[in-house]
Amino acid sequence: MRKAKENLWKTIMLACTLITCAILIFLIGYVLVQGIKGLSVNFLTTSPSYTTGNIGILPDIMNTVYLLIVSLLVLVPLGVGAAVYLSEYARNHRIVRLIDNAAEILSGIPSIIYGLVGMLFFCQFMNLQTSLLAGALTLVIMNLPTIMRTTRESLLSVPKGLREGAYGLGASKWRVVRTIVVPECLDGIITGCILSAGRILGESAALLFTAGFAHTLHGFADGVMSSGATLTVALYVYAKEQGEFQVAFSIAVILLVLAVLVNLSAELVRKHFKGERNV
Amino acid sequence: MYKVIDRIMQGVFLFCGLVTVACVLVITVYLVVSGLPAIGEIGIIKFLFGKVWASTASNPTYGILPFILTSIYGTFGAIILGVPIGFFTAVYLSKVAPLAVKKSVGFVVSLLASIPSVVYGLVGMLVLVPAIRKAFNLADGATLFAAIVVLAIMILPSIINVSMTSLDAVPRKYEEGSLALGATELETYLRVSVPAARSGIVASIVLGPGRAIGEAMAVMMVSGNVPNMPELFGSVRFLTTAVASEMSYSSGLQQQALFSIALVLFVFIMLINMLLRKVMSGGDRK
Repeated sequence: MRKAKENLWKTIMLACTLITCAILIFLIGYVLVQGIKGLSVNFLTTSPSYTTGNIGILPDIMNTVYLLIVSLLVLVPLGVGAAVYLSEYARNHRIVRLIDNAAEILSGIPSIIYGLVGMLFFCQFMNLQTSLLAGALTLVIMNLPTIMRTTRESLLSVPKGLREGAYGLGASKWRVVRTIVVPECLDGIITGCILSAGRILGESAALLFTAGFAHTLHGFADGVMSSGATLTVALYVYAKEQGEFQVAFSIAVILLVLAVLVNLSAELVRKHFKGERNV
Repeated sequence: MYKVIDRIMQGVFLFCGLVTVACVLVITVYLVVSGLPAIGEIGIIKFLFGKVWASTASNPTYGILPFILTSIYGTFGAIILGVPIGFFTAVYLSKVAPLAVKKSVGFVVSLLASIPSVVYGLVGMLVLVPAIRKAFNLADGATLFAAIVVLAIMILPSIINVSMTSLDAVPRKYEEGSLALGATELETYLRVSVPAARSGIVASIVLGPGRAIGEAMAVMMVSGNVPNMPELFGSVRFLTTAVASEMSYSSGLQQQALFSIALVLFVFIMLINMLLRKVMSGGDRK
């Protein structure tokens, strides 16, 4: 009787685990089967055109790349700076608590609200119009808590002795931070970048009203200042508003590949630095 | 010279830290300032408890009770569906599964977490929605039920991860004590480890809704997006999708009402977060 109960529970648990795995396998399998046949060189390297009926996603790919670059360029210094302040400089507990609470609140706000406030603040108040820059700045705020958290976690593991040694040799605070603290927490910074990149690649709701829907191909400087759809937004537009499911699935394949790459690289970074720390 | 640079850099770092605080302030102020006028004009009772949303009618009415209830029902549905699966998966992975299985399923879970919500929406729209239509013989499968299933899948990773972390942290001693007293393995895990990891598990249950109530795109693609009062097999509109679906063409009072919806959503999220923090700190004290 007791044995039977034991087996029953085990079966339930195993079944739940299998359901979780089956969902992922089905999702990936279905998207691959539906999407791969739409992938072609032409699809990846041309712009869409209404006159020829051609559908290509090069502009969306470039927009995604631009958005990623701009967001990370702003995000990394801000996030790392905030983390360094919290762990190296802050002496006042109230300020630390204030910043901690703020980061926690930020990480709980849904992306649609970021999109809305981003539209009001960046597009209208700061007069950036609907542009990739406005979208990127919105995503910076969204991802600040992530990079702050990962950087701080790895700052905590920097041995105190290193800092004290440097101070003992007469180094100034800024010099200690620049030459010892920040290089030592590189793994946290890189992990934060990868996690943020994953979120930026997958974000859509916050970009709808800030970065817009345009599918025009631009150079970097023009592209940043003009409206553009990223891959996720393009997927949404093609699927929901134009009914081009084949295109949507092909974009989904690309997004899945990117998600796998992001996960693998996060894992690799973790392993690499873990090995280094132990030595 | 060094001193001056030091001072400057301290200021720079302080600035970086305070950016977060400034962001929270800006978001709160913007939502309140742009959300309150419409509530004032419509009347808070009529706005929150009005059952009809007809923003484009010639005589528009703005009642968001359907959205509020849909968001609440959708979130609860996702919890009812997602929490048991996530919970048992977490117990299995943390206590029963061999290390290799734990690692590879762990990778599956983190991958599940990083799939963009539009991909969930797309597959939901083309697989789940037709399946529901056929299975329940409906005119349209884009229903609250479809949204609940998609949300349940989307909150699975966070439930599994948070529960697993706290289950992993249960001291081995507790379990050994229980085993030594003659309890079977499973009895030990369910009666000793799970209660010991209670705060983390409860946190995972509260954390899920935070994501579910804020999700917009996937839900928009599978829920039909019609402002009805919620029915399990009817087309519905959530708070998030109400904002997203009309924003691009709205103006005047209609647009202001959308900001008010965002404000209501924001208040909901804040309440959930406060609850979450209470749960977490309550667990730490014990």
